[in-house]
Amino acid sequence: MKLDAKIPQGPLAEKWSKHKFNLKLVNPANKRKYTVIVVGTGLAGSSAAASLAQLGYNVKAFCFQDSPRRAHSIAAQGGINGAKNYQNDGDSVYRLFYDTIKGGDYRAREGNVYRLAEVSVNIIDQCVAQGVPFAREYGGLLDNRSFGGSQVSRTFYARGQTGQQLLLGAYSSLNRQINLGKVKMFTRHEMMDVVTIDGEAKGIVTRDLISGAIETHSAHAVLLCTGGYGNVFYLSTNAMGCNVTAAWKAHKRGAYFANPCFTQIHPTCIPVTGEHQSKLTLMSESLRNDGRVWAPKTKELAEKIRKGEIKASELKDTDRDYFLERKYPAFGNLVPRDVASRNAKEIVDEGRGVGTSGIAVYLDFAESISRLGEDAVRAKYGNLFDMYQQITDENPYKQPMRIYPAVHYTMGGLWVDYNLQTTVKGLYCLGEANFSEHGANRLGASALMQGLADGYFVIPYTLGDYLATIGPKEIEANHPAFEETKKNVVDRINKLLSLKGNKTVSEYHRELGHIMWEYCGMARTEEGLIKAKGLIRELKEDFWKNAIVTGINEEFNQNLENAGRVADFIELGELMVDDALDRKESCGGHFRLESQTPEGEALRDDDNYAYVAAWQYNGDNQPESLHKEELVFENVKLTQRSYK
Amino acid sequence: MSNFAKTFSSSLGKKLVMALTGIFLCTFLVVHLVGNLQLFKDDAGQAFNAYAYFMTHFGPIKIVSYLLYASIIIHAVYALLLTAGNKKARPVAYAVQKGGQNSPWTSRNMGILGTILLIFIVVHMGDFWWKYHNAELPYAKYEISLDNPNDIQVSELPYDANRLIHSEIVDVQAGKQIVVSKDLYKIVNNAFQTWWYVLLYVVAMAALSFHLIHGFKSAFQTIGWNNSNLVPIIRFLGVWVFGVLIPLAFAAMPLYFFFK
Amino acid sequence: MSNNMNLTLKVWRQKNAKTKGELVSYQADHVSPDMSFLEMLDVVNEGLIKKGDDPIHFDHDCREGICGSCSLHINGRPHGPKQGITTCQLHMRSFNDKDTIVIEPWRAEGFPVIKDLSTDRSAFDRIQVAGGFISVNTGGAPDANAMPIPKVVADEAFNSATCIGCGACVAACKNASAMLFVSAKVSQLALLPQGQPERYRRVQAMVSQMDAEGFGSCTNTGACEAECPKEISITNIARMNRDYFTAKLLKSEE
Repeated sequence: MKLDAKIPQGPLAEKWSKHKFNLKLVNPANKRKYTVIVVGTGLAGSSAAASLAQLGYNVKAFCFQDSPRRAHSIAAQGGINGAKNYQNDGDSVYRLFYDTIKGGDYRAREGNVYRLAEVSVNIIDQCVAQGVPFAREYGGLLDNRSFGGSQVSRTFYARGQTGQQLLLGAYSSLNRQINLGKVKMFTRHEMMDVVTIDGEAKGIVTRDLISGAIETHSAHAVLLCTGGYGNVFYLSTNAMGCNVTAAWKAHKRGAYFANPCFTQIHPTCIPVTGEHQSKLTLMSESLRNDGRVWAPKTKELAEKIRKGEIKASELKDTDRDYFLERKYPAFGNLVPRDVASRNAKEIVDEGRGVGTSGIAVYLDFAESISRLGEDAVRAKYGNLFDMYQQITDENPYKQPMRIYPAVHYTMGGLWVDYNLQTTVKGLYCLGEANFSEHGANRLGASALMQGLADGYFVIPYTLGDYLATIGPKEIEANHPAFEETKKNVVDRINKLLSLKGNKTVSEYHRELGHIMWEYCGMARTEEGLIKAKGLIRELKEDFWKNAIVTGINEEFNQNLENAGRVADFIELGELMVDDALDRKESCGGHFRLESQTPEGEALRDDDNYAYVAAWQYNGDNQPESLHKEELVFENVKLTQRSYK
Repeated sequence: MSNFAKTFSSSLGKKLVMALTGIFLCTFLVVHLVGNLQLFKDDAGQAFNAYAYFMTHFGPIKIVSYLLYASIIIHAVYALLLTAGNKKARPVAYAVQKGGQNSPWTSRNMGILGTILLIFIVVHMGDFWWKYHNAELPYAKYEISLDNPNDIQVSELPYDANRLIHSEIVDVQAGKQIVVSKDLYKIVNNAFQTWWYVLLYVVAMAALSFHLIHGFKSAFQTIGWNNSNLVPIIRFLGVWVFGVLIPLAFAAMPLYFFFK
Repeated sequence: MSNNMNLTLKVWRQKNAKTKGELVSYQADHVSPDMSFLEMLDVVNEGLIKKGDDPIHFDHDCREGICGSCSLHINGRPHGPKQGITTCQLHMRSFNDKDTIVIEPWRAEGFPVIKDLSTDRSAFDRIQVAGGFISVNTGGAPDANAMPIPKVVADEAFNSATCIGCGACVAACKNASAMLFVSAKVSQLALLPQGQPERYRRVQAMVSQMDAEGFGSCTNTGACEAECPKEISITNIARMNRDYFTAKLLKSEE
């Protein structure tokens, strides 16, 4: 199958408008004859479900959490970009487009990214109208802050809880539609598989997490808004429940998985303290607006700090290496995430890391506190500082924060065309779950923007085109495909429940995480990746022999839920390694040690790798086939990314 | 159900009833206290008995007093309704609950305090209000010199069903005013000679103090008067006037008679 | 590590909504003070699973204090002994060696137990569905800066909006009242100009749903405010009351 991204012809700025005009419409009276399934209720899912219901479609929305409001979008801290140019500092749709393409190290589609920048302004309007309490200035107008990878202030925020406020806004829209009877909400339901009839998605199979009931649901189209797969690394900033299962099942039903190895490692997280650790906590990138990243100048000094012989705050300025400011004078501490993360890793590898483990660098606010006063710093970042103190038992107003990169976001995901449709007809993918507009690296405050863009302003148009094409005829809910898929699901659950070995599912998950972090994390080599592939295979085999899964299906069984998710993560891990092996260049978050500039920056190979790698599933334990979607750049010139 | 009925059967509506009756009862306390201060007058109860007559026989005040009785009953009944509902809202109790670490004791024990107060009100009204209205009390005859109002001669008259509860005659020739009143003062004086009865009053006033320290500000919170200008005033009144001053003044009365 | 702790846990175990539960004792040994409370439970669960026993079920997700999934009534207090945090942010350094820790689920008619420490808090969703929104369609919103909102108002609305819907207010209240939650939601939208058109309709709908869910009434003890991990103020309750009485008694039709 040849990949057709369906990007409209014509000038960049007119693509989306023209496309919208060319899309087929569904007659208002016919809309209520269609049912659409939305899986996941984060920013993308809630906004899509609400917007589609508002148009008149019947929507069935599903989430595994106990409430749609708990989706992990809620945890996004820093902000959301919008090309409003309210600050009169030279921002524009084109600049946001350019920053995003460049930030993504030229591995995203021009057309999609431009559309994202275009609708970013509508998102801000929409959210304010819903009652999202963005930060404001004394004059009553919206405030902005700046974020990594851009030189304008275009980030709208609600203290350190922007994701929460945006999600509650989308959730309130969803609630309105539930109230009106247009959305039927299924909480504590996990999607177990996609049902396809003649190659088109016509429904899903779910498990009621409380009763264990396996149910089938039919629809004219299925939207997966199920988030990212960062938890493949076990430790990440993702919520414990974040998983790849929905996307992975779709992949096995024919949806290609694109750029799986593109993961974002966030530079400012609280370092790991021990084996018991279950997740990592992010400190918003916005901290880098006022915090300065540094490490001791020499190994010897670092050693003394690690032993507690000298305090970080007492170290002379001349003994400190503000390495981001030194190496990137133009962007300083505000370089994009991949660059900041890689530099922190280099420092630690050189033996200049701090903290008892030596796996951390400093983020220092002493200068800001003396310049702005402690109160001003508290007003801006108080909740983040509190969070830091809560976790580490250290006072960041007195001692610099210790930070280290952690897995945060996955740019890869299900391959979708310009309409957000996967390679399975009728199956759409939105938000972080799709391979997206962020290329090989996502800029800060762009994830919220993309999730809401997809849900509020893209899918309501593009889905109609498909629905109009298939017509409003009823779905055969008793088509054998439903029973068959359901049986597969039940068989797999029984297989999991039959595992009575001696190792817990979490132990497997942790081991997988170690492999992924070590060999497919911040720096990757051919040798390491090949080794990782072998290790993952062994792990998979061992899992299906020696794992322990307790209890039965017909009950609330968190161990069983987790087992299913970890089993899928193991399979995904292998694909990520394959993808990382295939991409011999470095780009964005994907850093191959074999491919770097003399200064140690990521060295792209545009001649050979300016493509989206879309992987096709060929059956259990079969190698996946790679399909390449060549990226065409008509508007931006591909250059070596420089933030100097 | 009418909108009105719906409003007052909602959780917020019931709270509103508690708040409004509570505030009304607080205002009554002020009036009651001011009147009862007559007890401290060294006039053998003449002013107090006159006040008692006025309070029970002046038309507008009579109407208010019926409102008062109704308020007490409504306040108690709604408290019971709310408590029953609140108990139902937590069918399984916690094995461990440390309310003391997140809320003041008074706020969690309004029911107990209220029950003490209700018992007190019944005893108090039975002993004074009921007796004043229905019992065969003796009368006090005050002969007050017109030249010197502090010169009062008092004598007791036996109960007589035909006698007016309160009468005042000015005898110009004798140069004195003669006032005859049902002698509530005497009842009060007698009652407060028993130590346990005094103790009951003092305990009840302590309960009143705690009830009002939470209740007064709580009422305003319920009706929604809580802006930053009002709150300090409400808190001050609630604690110092209604929580301390008023209960102390009331408690001083039985003690005054006991130690007099 | 030398400063590791040995603890006795008394955990509420209940198979499902229909069965009766009881407190069961578990030993948690070698607990690091750097662990979060939930990580401590993870370790206990790993031990249970290895023995083939059913692990202790509890709700949790983000583990950074924002999703509102985690709950747990720990030694008599929602989210444990510290103020302004959720259970997932509670670290074991808040406990001492040889402590006994009693862990119970939220207790409320409106939050029935599903299993062990996990409760059904969908009542909160239904209250939100009843009216916790501004009826604005996607598309067609005016420019975000078309309507200035004073910073103090926006900040106050934000403070109300930080509620994570965990239910600690209900759990802490001796009456299992949900008024702090409902009032925070009512307040956020009542404060903002965008929320004005539906202001009085909203408060009535949400209060009526709150009553239907079987939550108790507020007696202004302030326990909710003291235990709220986001330190939401009971000023919100006063505001809700005011709006509700205004709607019911002073507005003819809303």
